[in-house]
Amino acid sequence: MKKKTDPAETPTLPKSPTGITGLDEITGGGLPTGRPTLVCGSAGCGKTMLAMEFLVRGAVEFGEPGVFMMFEENAAELTANVRSLGFDLDKLVKQKKVALDHVRIERSEIEETGEYDLEGLFIRLGHAIDTIGAKRVVLDTVEALFAGLPNHGILRAELRRLFRWLKDRKMTAIITGEKGEGNMITRYGLEEYVADCVITLDHRVTKQISTRRLRVLKYRGSAHGTNEYPFLISERGLSVLPITSLRLDHAAPSERLSTGIARLDEMLGGQGVFRGSSVLVSGAPGTGKSSIGAKFADAACRRGERALIFAYEESSAQILRNMRSIGIDLAPWVKKGLLQVHASRPTLSGLEQHLVAMHDMVKAFRPAVVVVDPISNLMIEGSDAEVMPTLMRLIDFLKQEQITSLFISLTRGGSGTGAQEDSQVGVSSLMDTWLWMRNMEFNGERNRLIHVLKSRGMAHSNQMREFVLSDAGIDLVDVYPGADRVLTGTARVAQAAHERSAAELRREDHERKLRQLAAKRKAIEAQIAALNAEGEAEEAEVKFTIAQETLLEKTTQQNSADMAQLRGGGKGGNSPKKGTP
Amino acid sequence: MTKTKTYELRLYVAGQTAKSLTAFANLKRICETHLAGQYRIEVIDLTQTPQLSAGDQILALPTLVRRLPQPIKKIIGDLSNEERVLVGLDVQPMKD
Repeated sequence: MKKKTDPAETPTLPKSPTGITGLDEITGGGLPTGRPTLVCGSAGCGKTMLAMEFLVRGAVEFGEPGVFMMFEENAAELTANVRSLGFDLDKLVKQKKVALDHVRIERSEIEETGEYDLEGLFIRLGHAIDTIGAKRVVLDTVEALFAGLPNHGILRAELRRLFRWLKDRKMTAIITGEKGEGNMITRYGLEEYVADCVITLDHRVTKQISTRRLRVLKYRGSAHGTNEYPFLISERGLSVLPITSLRLDHAAPSERLSTGIARLDEMLGGQGVFRGSSVLVSGAPGTGKSSIGAKFADAACRRGERALIFAYEESSAQILRNMRSIGIDLAPWVKKGLLQVHASRPTLSGLEQHLVAMHDMVKAFRPAVVVVDPISNLMIEGSDAEVMPTLMRLIDFLKQEQITSLFISLTRGGSGTGAQEDSQVGVSSLMDTWLWMRNMEFNGERNRLIHVLKSRGMAHSNQMREFVLSDAGIDLVDVYPGADRVLTGTARVAQAAHERSAAELRREDHERKLRQLAAKRKAIEAQIAALNAEGEAEEAEVKFTIAQETLLEKTTQQNSADMAQLRGGGKGGNSPKKGTP
Repeated sequence: MTKTKTYELRLYVAGQTAKSLTAFANLKRICETHLAGQYRIEVIDLTQTPQLSAGDQILALPTLVRRLPQPIKKIIGDLSNEERVLVGLDVQPMKD
């Protein structure tokens, strides 16, 4: 299985980079230097484009001029055709970086008598090579000679000699060939002569959607990826999506990114998601998934980072309008160049083609945040088994680039549970954070709920929150967990009101009790005072009695003394002064 | 019947190889036999002037090109088959 290697592992075989995105990775550095490579495929699969890009990039980026010898199109046609890829052949020809030679051969004009060889072709090619000091050669499509020359015996011998000759001259060459039938790779068996490296291109249509694929069938003396890789011909040339990077070695930054929704960040350990992680937002239709995506992009732009939204449901104008209605204004970011929205129909091309395109745009725009809305639309035409590896490629790629990604996925069905979670299992295993949105139907209304199903590497809330969209934006509100269901929407509001009045009642009750207590205390105090007063009164009474009795005793004593005096007249004139009793 | 026509012929070769020598000898003989006095032969050695190969779309060597009369005709090979050369040049064979 492991076929992908570093160029460093095979130092013995020198390679010439093609400059074609992805192809150099698959081949571990490019095509074999100084040897011919056969590129074959059916009509319209991009052979000429690949060969041309190899040549132009060689001339422009790697300082290796090249000769393009064409047997089918003429120079003017070719120049016009590749202008769509942004290559200006006229200029390159003037700069002597590229030489074009159109070999035309008309069977009707030619009569054959006796022996001949194709020395003329060698001379032409040799002359072109010498004129510009070429290092690269393309022969497109040499098989046209089979139609033009009746004697195939001579032709085959000469082609064998030609490829030998190219090798001797150390030309890194691409020979294109039509796809053959049955076991034949090419129609005329060119693979017999060009055996160092064979690349096949394919243009397949499944379920009405076409995908271009490339495969390195053979690479003598070098390890290479043997899988089929989807590729794309865009205005930036070819790009091949090298996948299934078997390594899982991307860095894991611990920096956290806000999702743009404070309460959601709170649910995700208080700080949001990790930079470079992948977030899946899945849910039924109308649960507010897209708005989370938009908010996420908006938050990135607010931080001054670039965000890229791939939209497969709405046009970009529609997204801008709709998001404005919930208080997310994306238009200024678009104007500032911080935000790009790429809207396309999912059925425009195959999933892989889409991924190549995404790959391309991400490479060109270099965003910090990517939102895909929704991936489920891309998946309609493929089975899970097909979709998984392709998505894995994309996620791997984004992680390698430290781009935080948010994938929106639409699930089937309404408010049931279980089924939707299952339907996402395939994709969710690739995701670091999984937010699940659902509708709850209760009490005559539909409300949105959000919860965090998983979030790798951080504490996260196990609570459901109600997801509220208004023209002021997005908010998450605590729900009331009841005995057997959570309360949302008006039920939540009613419950809140109910709880508020209950609290009010309780408060009044407490006050009443306190008042009662105070009154009671007052009564007791009054009683105490009365008792005290009674005590005091009694005490006064007692004192008075005592005083009375003392006086009485005194008086009695006085009286007895007086009487004794009177009776005895003895001891002095202590006459009674006090007349009081 | 074709007395008024002039045949302008160009023979492309690559150096003094056996094939080119044979071709030239064959051409000379055929022209002398059937087109005496009405032809002109120009031999182009592409090893000397490779830039001339593209003009007449030369691929195989030797190639004989009938530049005039129009249209251009090409005969490839060492011209060993006289009959086919005459057909290729569109020349009526002289009948003795």
